[in-house]
Amino acid sequence: MTLELRGVTKQVAGQHWIHATDLVLAPGSMNVLLGPTLSGKTTLMRLMAGLDQPTTGHIHWQGQDVTGRRVQDRGVAMVYQQFINYPSMTVYDNIASPLRLQRVARAEIDRRVRETAAMMRLTPMLDRRPLELSGGQQQRTALARALVKGAGLVLLDEPLANLDYKLREELRAEIPRIFEASGAIFVYATTEPEEALLLGGNTATLWQGRVTQFGPTPQVYRRPQDAVTARVFSDPPMNFKPVQVSGGEAVLDGTRWLVDVPDGRYVAGFRAPHLTLDPGAGTVGLSARLDATEITGAETYLHLRHGEDRWVGLVPGVRDLPAGAALTVWLDPAHVYLFDEGGRLARAAPYAQAA
Amino acid sequence: MAQITFDNLAHSYLPAPKADTDWALKPMSLTWRDGGAYALLGSSGCGKTTLLNIISGLLHPSQGRVLFGDRDVTDLPTAERNIAQVFQFPVVYDTMSVRENLAFPLKNRGLPSDQIAARVDAVARMIGMTDTLDRRARGLTADAKQKISLGRGMVRQDVNAILFDEPLTVIDPQMKWELRTQLKALHREFGHTMIYVTHDQTEALTFADEVVVMSEGRVVQAGTPQSLFDAPAHTFVGYFIGSPGMNLLDAQVQGATALVAGTAIPLGAPYAARHGRVQIGIRPDAVRPATEGLPFRLIRAEDVGHHRILRGEVAGAPFNLVIPEDEPIPASFDRVALDPARIGVFVDDWRIDPLERAA
Amino acid sequence: MDKPVNNRAWFLVLPVLVIVAFSAVIPLMTVVNYSVQDTFGNNQFFWNGLGWFQDVLESDRIRAALGRQLLFSAIILAIEIPLGIFIALNMPKRGFWASLVLVLMALPLLIPWNVVGTIWQVFGRVDIGLLGHTLAMLGIDYNYVNDPWDAWATIIVMDVWHWTSLVALLCYAGLQSIPDAYYQAARIDQASRWGVFRYIELPKMQGVLLIAVLLRFMDSFMIYTEPFVVTGGGPGNATTFLSIDLVKMAIGQFDLGPAAAFSLIYFLVILLISWVFYTVMTAQRDRT
Repeated sequence: MTLELRGVTKQVAGQHWIHATDLVLAPGSMNVLLGPTLSGKTTLMRLMAGLDQPTTGHIHWQGQDVTGRRVQDRGVAMVYQQFINYPSMTVYDNIASPLRLQRVARAEIDRRVRETAAMMRLTPMLDRRPLELSGGQQQRTALARALVKGAGLVLLDEPLANLDYKLREELRAEIPRIFEASGAIFVYATTEPEEALLLGGNTATLWQGRVTQFGPTPQVYRRPQDAVTARVFSDPPMNFKPVQVSGGEAVLDGTRWLVDVPDGRYVAGFRAPHLTLDPGAGTVGLSARLDATEITGAETYLHLRHGEDRWVGLVPGVRDLPAGAALTVWLDPAHVYLFDEGGRLARAAPYAQAA
Repeated sequence: MAQITFDNLAHSYLPAPKADTDWALKPMSLTWRDGGAYALLGSSGCGKTTLLNIISGLLHPSQGRVLFGDRDVTDLPTAERNIAQVFQFPVVYDTMSVRENLAFPLKNRGLPSDQIAARVDAVARMIGMTDTLDRRARGLTADAKQKISLGRGMVRQDVNAILFDEPLTVIDPQMKWELRTQLKALHREFGHTMIYVTHDQTEALTFADEVVVMSEGRVVQAGTPQSLFDAPAHTFVGYFIGSPGMNLLDAQVQGATALVAGTAIPLGAPYAARHGRVQIGIRPDAVRPATEGLPFRLIRAEDVGHHRILRGEVAGAPFNLVIPEDEPIPASFDRVALDPARIGVFVDDWRIDPLERAA
Repeated sequence: MDKPVNNRAWFLVLPVLVIVAFSAVIPLMTVVNYSVQDTFGNNQFFWNGLGWFQDVLESDRIRAALGRQLLFSAIILAIEIPLGIFIALNMPKRGFWASLVLVLMALPLLIPWNVVGTIWQVFGRVDIGLLGHTLAMLGIDYNYVNDPWDAWATIIVMDVWHWTSLVALLCYAGLQSIPDAYYQAARIDQASRWGVFRYIELPKMQGVLLIAVLLRFMDSFMIYTEPFVVTGGGPGNATTFLSIDLVKMAIGQFDLGPAAAFSLIYFLVILLISWVFYTVMTAQRDRT
């Protein structure tokens, strides 16, 4: 079971909602669509489901062209951000509803409902109605209804966005387990880089209707092909700074380090946790001004200004520093990506190449 | 501006509460200092919104008093409490321009127009909306609208407190960073007392000097982010703060040793013998893979960028490790070592202090 | 390139098209047919061009009826819209009283037009009607049969009684959709009652108000049954509105040609004024 998008585009009222996209989702794979609001995640999902038809291009499912085939005939399941259940039915009947539509035998329905409910930890709630449940349990019910069909393609559109932080964390840890048990292709849309990392599998980063990169999640995170992908896949946002490379040395703030790229102008990019307050082996010092600190209990976020640029640093421990203070932050060049003036990756951070 | 005091405050939505569960907010007393940044943290239904509504005057508490400074405001309506509030969904006056929106609270209070103009300009500069002052509020993005709500809260200099009710819910992750920085800067600049309600620990911890953790209508712990993280008073706080939360294991504690499923684990200090359910708790980042120690079964490793989460089990209970990005993980290991200094002991879910060491 | 669009779906719309054709388009075409021809019965028709239209447009009688009609609609809108808003603002928002008030408000809307007419016809009679008799007892000289002012007042009060609920219910629905946070924010901003109305309630009601104005305009502009029952268009021609005049012409005098031309002009006037309302009000909304 493979889902393949070939040259799929979507235009609405003359505007490109999705630029030409080729994507192959492997059988039994977890695929994350990562991008900010309105970057095209939902549109792409609706195209995959068959809820919308592409303006151009084709969608192949198990080698067959299914472009234009009705969504009812595609064997897909979808879970939305809102908890969508039938309010007047019990959890049991909610989960059973897709099977009843498929006219599955009664005993078979019972077996599959109970099996799915057990997997979603809903067994004690089977006789309750959705509105008597917590948000997390309601969304589990919706997930169970999507999974019970045994659909080959399960689409999840920010399914955890309306849940409390802690519930989100718990369900997020469970989704990979559920996914492995189902054997289906999962497509999971989210705005949060951390969620993509936790889910693993593959990630497609989206920006303004374009898939900027698609590959194994840690690889997209550590070896982004361009600055846009790096920005989409960093939270806190990636820090950027233009640098000049001459004679094999990059120059930033008067400090220099060796780089193996041709001379010219580049943009250096590095992530928040890679800025430190204490010098280490091989680090270079950068002078910045502190706008604010945020303490998470175990770590401290530094909101910095370097000239006109805003940077964010994340350092371990509780560091209560006065706002407005000038300070030196340290950066290991092994953590620095270089992007050319067109935004393409010129050199991945050496530490990521090693990994 | 004023110090805020809750004096034996409690609320029930029932006319005659009897059982413990009838109280949406169980009796509590707290004092918040003038100009502080506070957060109310808990999951939905924990009572944080009830408390917020009592502060803003939407709800009259069943018992107890609310004081702003020395003044009892329990019976005052919202408009007379002189507070500002930013809601979950941006509340802007659609037909007004950004400037009119910001000026509205001042105009209603009859300030002279030159003062209003000066104040609006200052706030617009703070929230970075000087260029859009004359745009209509309708049709702006969610984060721009939320900035206007924020600005309307800031525009009055004399407010007793500014209340935030999950203000970043509809904001994209990238924009959250900018708004949070601005909030910090505004707090520093104007020195208002700020109260921030959220279910999101990151927002609560990063925003507040003091976080009040609530669960089932009760204030479980009030403290600095660091104390909540390092010394949670209750297992709920241990679980709720930190991601993943604190690991908890049933144990028998004898002096400075804990026995977990037959394995002896050294503690940082001796504890008195106690009755009840005894557990030890440790943060996932205070545990390391080891060749000897507590038996551990690894189930799944997750790469979260700048650290990795190792999910597994100890004695049948879920148990997680957090390992920094640059630290290697042994190819296979079946034991974990716990940092004795960071183990906490809980009896019936409440943290107990170690015995005073003999001097 | 193969198109995924399936055109067979259009067949599903066919029954509706057929019904609309029979119920609306064909009668309308008949009217158009009559309006350009003359007939003396026997199914003999003679081409008359735009003659009937010219006659209708130049008729003093019809112009007077149009004037009365415009005045009537203007008065109805001027009373019912603000009154409906006022009532909606003061209706209880939830609980038992809200349900009760909703039912009470809906009652007049459930009564058929001719019954409304009859009720008021009896209600206003000086000899046996509760209203008419009471006014007479108070020494007020009220008689809708003889006095044009009283006839107008009766019909306007009747229409207000019958239809203000519709406006109120629409506005109420609009008000119910405003989240509480807006009111709370306004209280915190110390907005006056007027400020809350002007900056929160009115903008949020704009959509339903547009519908209310259009419905009330079209209905009042086409009013027929109630004045026909109560006053029969009198005294004199004082309450002879366009529709009453039209019926007199078509059925009373059997002038089918002019009546058809009249109908078409009537229809176009309603269309035009509704379009003006719609354009002005949506433009207002988009501008703000």
